[in-house]
Amino acid sequence: MAISDTVRHRGAADRLRDLLPKLVLSPSVALVGIFVYGFILFTLYLSFTDSRILPSFGWVGWQNYGFLFRIRAWDTALTNLVIFGTLYIVICCLLGLLLAIFLDQRIRAEGFIRTIYLYPMALSFIVTGVAWKWFLDPGIGVEAVVRGWGFESFTFDWIKDSDMAIYTIVIAAVWQTSGFVMAMFLAGLRGIDSEMLRAAEIDGASTMALYRRIVIPQLRPAFMSAFVVLAHMAIKSYDLVIALTNGGPGTATEVPATFMYSYTFTRNQMGIGASSAVIMMLTIAAIIVPYLWSELREKK
Amino acid sequence: MPAPTANAVTARTGEPSATGATRAGIHWPRVALYVILGLFCIYYLLPLYVMLVNSLKPLSEITAGGMMALPGEWTIAPWQSAWSTAQVGVEATGLRPYFINSLLMVVPAVAITTVIGALNGYVLTKWRFRGATLVFGLLLFGCFIPFQMVLIPMARMLGLMGIAGTVTGLVFVHMVYGIGFSTLYFRNYYAAFPDELVRAAQIDGAGFFTIFWRILLPSSGPIAVVCIIWLFTNIWNDFLFGASFSDFDSQPMTVALNNLVQSSTGVKEYNVHFAGAIMAALPTLFVYIVAGRYFVRGLMSGSVKG
Amino acid sequence: MGFLDIDRVTKSFGGLKVLHETDISVEEGEFLVLVGPSGCGKSTLLNMIAGLEEVSSGQIVINGRSMNGVKPADRNIAMVFQSYALYPNMTVRGNISFGMEMHGIPKKEREKKIAEVAELLQISQLLDRKPGQLSGGQRQRVAMGRALTRDPDVFLFDEPLSNLDAKLRVDMRTEIKKLHQKLGTTIVYVTHDQIEALTLSTRIAVMYGGYVQQIGTPQEIYDNPANLFVAGFMGSPSMNLFPARIVSANGAPAAEISLSDGRSAVLPFAGRDGTGEEGREITLGIRPEAITEPDGADRKSRAVHVVDSRVEITEPAGSDIFVVTQMGGKDVTARFSADVPVKPGEDFQFAINMEKAVAFDPKTEARII
Repeated sequence: MAISDTVRHRGAADRLRDLLPKLVLSPSVALVGIFVYGFILFTLYLSFTDSRILPSFGWVGWQNYGFLFRIRAWDTALTNLVIFGTLYIVICCLLGLLLAIFLDQRIRAEGFIRTIYLYPMALSFIVTGVAWKWFLDPGIGVEAVVRGWGFESFTFDWIKDSDMAIYTIVIAAVWQTSGFVMAMFLAGLRGIDSEMLRAAEIDGASTMALYRRIVIPQLRPAFMSAFVVLAHMAIKSYDLVIALTNGGPGTATEVPATFMYSYTFTRNQMGIGASSAVIMMLTIAAIIVPYLWSELREKK
Repeated sequence: MPAPTANAVTARTGEPSATGATRAGIHWPRVALYVILGLFCIYYLLPLYVMLVNSLKPLSEITAGGMMALPGEWTIAPWQSAWSTAQVGVEATGLRPYFINSLLMVVPAVAITTVIGALNGYVLTKWRFRGATLVFGLLLFGCFIPFQMVLIPMARMLGLMGIAGTVTGLVFVHMVYGIGFSTLYFRNYYAAFPDELVRAAQIDGAGFFTIFWRILLPSSGPIAVVCIIWLFTNIWNDFLFGASFSDFDSQPMTVALNNLVQSSTGVKEYNVHFAGAIMAALPTLFVYIVAGRYFVRGLMSGSVKG
Repeated sequence: MGFLDIDRVTKSFGGLKVLHETDISVEEGEFLVLVGPSGCGKSTLLNMIAGLEEVSSGQIVINGRSMNGVKPADRNIAMVFQSYALYPNMTVRGNISFGMEMHGIPKKEREKKIAEVAELLQISQLLDRKPGQLSGGQRQRVAMGRALTRDPDVFLFDEPLSNLDAKLRVDMRTEIKKLHQKLGTTIVYVTHDQIEALTLSTRIAVMYGGYVQQIGTPQEIYDNPANLFVAGFMGSPSMNLFPARIVSANGAPAAEISLSDGRSAVLPFAGRDGTGEEGREITLGIRPEAITEPDGADRKSRAVHVVDSRVEITEPAGSDIFVVTQMGGKDVTARFSADVPVKPGEDFQFAINMEKAVAFDPKTEARII
């Protein structure tokens, strides 16, 4: 009896020991399971219901999506996202690449300069928004200052101009992120084999040719990362728009993130808000999933 | 994630240049290069300069068109006002209570998330099981979703849990959506940690937690710093969760700052706004200046700012 | 039943069988070396003895106790790893002490044991350093010291010398052998280096492709390889293997080989009677030291045959000179005394000691003679 008891006891303890790693991981898996995947499903479901101020479970099929794409503000939001996203990604990449190449020329005080280029990344978008909001404000900002210098007819009032306001968001967002993109490209540049560059120089490649033919093509992975990061940030951007223009003037700078928030919590159209969130989600997933897939497979 | 580690950036400063700059004489392309780099320094520093000088001058100087000028009359009144008397929302409390809210939110959220991430990373690398990569991928994907997707159910869930509108609720939310990143950092770090050490410890008789505590953790300093800085910056700077899940008395700093600036009542006190903005920026800016190297490393290996 | 029994053990990862059914019985105090190229299954086998990997089937028995399901710490084994696996955050003292601490040994006893082991390995002056401050050889000693504190039933070594430079490797080899002679503990030692295997072991198991190819004393393995793989793998320079044909000479089997100038030579195997296998194609195996200049031939051998062949290359190696010629269409290395005046391009007499010759079936690679 006693022997079999101890044997069984050891068996249980051993099984616990074997399970321990999974046990430790399981709270995280459960949390993410519920709060990410469960919630995604819940919101997906809500997007097919007649939820208004509170979740409701009356099934309405694709109705919300139908409404969504007939709402002017959503149309504006999508257009703005395309304008903002494209300019943001392109300018950040160009500026980042340019600065990285410039900084890769044995610059004195490179570390110091890098620190300056990158610090905006440590700030909250709200802080960035406040700074640029007043800096671009025609009443007190750039316009007022330049006029104060004697150029009375100088005008720079994009932030108050419905057609131009979206570009002010690009300006502020590029200011915040381009240093980061620079750092990514710089790391990529530093990863290139220096012997190969010397070989190319011996082959007689000019500086331009060297960069165009040899260096930049090798930065492909850095471009990929930069694109994924920037696209993902563009789609999610919310804070900056709120702080800089609050979606205005009118709804001129509405983006999907602000649209979702106002339809869900201010206008009490939860079903439509949910469907807009689903659209955002799908857009991001289309970019992130293939990226994660390739990253994790490579690592194996 | 992908991205070359930032070590490369910090380590190799004197790398081959494509332009062979000569030592003697003035080399005009190089002068131009430094001028361009200098101009960009001004571009990046300008908003900070504007915030700083205008937070130290009376409102009248700003409205008179002197935004770029140094203060004619230096004053710290805007700072005092922003900190303790400015009207934020309905009450004239200044930003102080919200600054404290942010601290109360960020410290436990960062601590808990880091510990969980370290344990997860340990399990995912040293106690691998079938499907470990898939589990990791699923955890990681959680950081990339647009959080608009979870706002509605999360608001209900926090209500059910009885922590809606509280700082505790915000701690919880940030923890849940921070796990993916903290796990990512520790997983990638521990992946490079020799398996033989774990095996040796097993033979020495150390168990699951002893190995973690005595063998891995003492070597985890650098990645813990990276992870803590990343989480701290992200959570401190968050606006969406703060705006969605807090009440007036539990708002974090970012939300309060936005309220201060957007409030439509009374005169716009730009100098107070700027002072408040700097206050909101100071903790993360301080971390950046003190431990910039780790901050950059976190950015690079995280590659995504939530 | 031995002291350590590997009893019909196999290992599969998914559908891939990395170790086929293996039986090895190790006596107490033996020094068993598992040797083979990478991927042969030797490390897997060692890890299964340690309990770091589970057996897929069969069992491992140590000191009469089946180890299936017993965790590594409870097997009373100690292991020295290839990378030494010293805990980087602990001092040498901490590293040696850790295992005893985990087993609840009181501090006083630990101190005593540490001092003892440090004395034995001459690392007393290093006890308060961190592993990062030690040289390769010192780390190696600390790793052994850590293992020694356990008074284990079985010592496991996983390629412990492969991270050392050549000179240090030879020194540490000697030390390990001394240690074994002093302590008399059973040792299982994994290496890919056949010289280590020959010098250290009391018995060798040569592994390849998930199978134990041959198990025996170093002498047996060296003189009587069971198959072509073992013959080619063990020994340096490696055994000459070249095609030949069995013929009958005076009623006894002999090997007919072609020489570089188109002639052929007939070399009778020593002490063999007629086989009736005339005409069979074989792979003949003769070690370099069995092909010498006529004066250097083994005088005790009764089967030395001299053939003329052209010298292609000479490789002086201090006390010896390795001479390359052609036999059976292959390069064949002979070992001459350094004072023999042999020059490339000249014909020279080669004395072949057929007592040491072996033959294999070229297709099955199995030993024939």
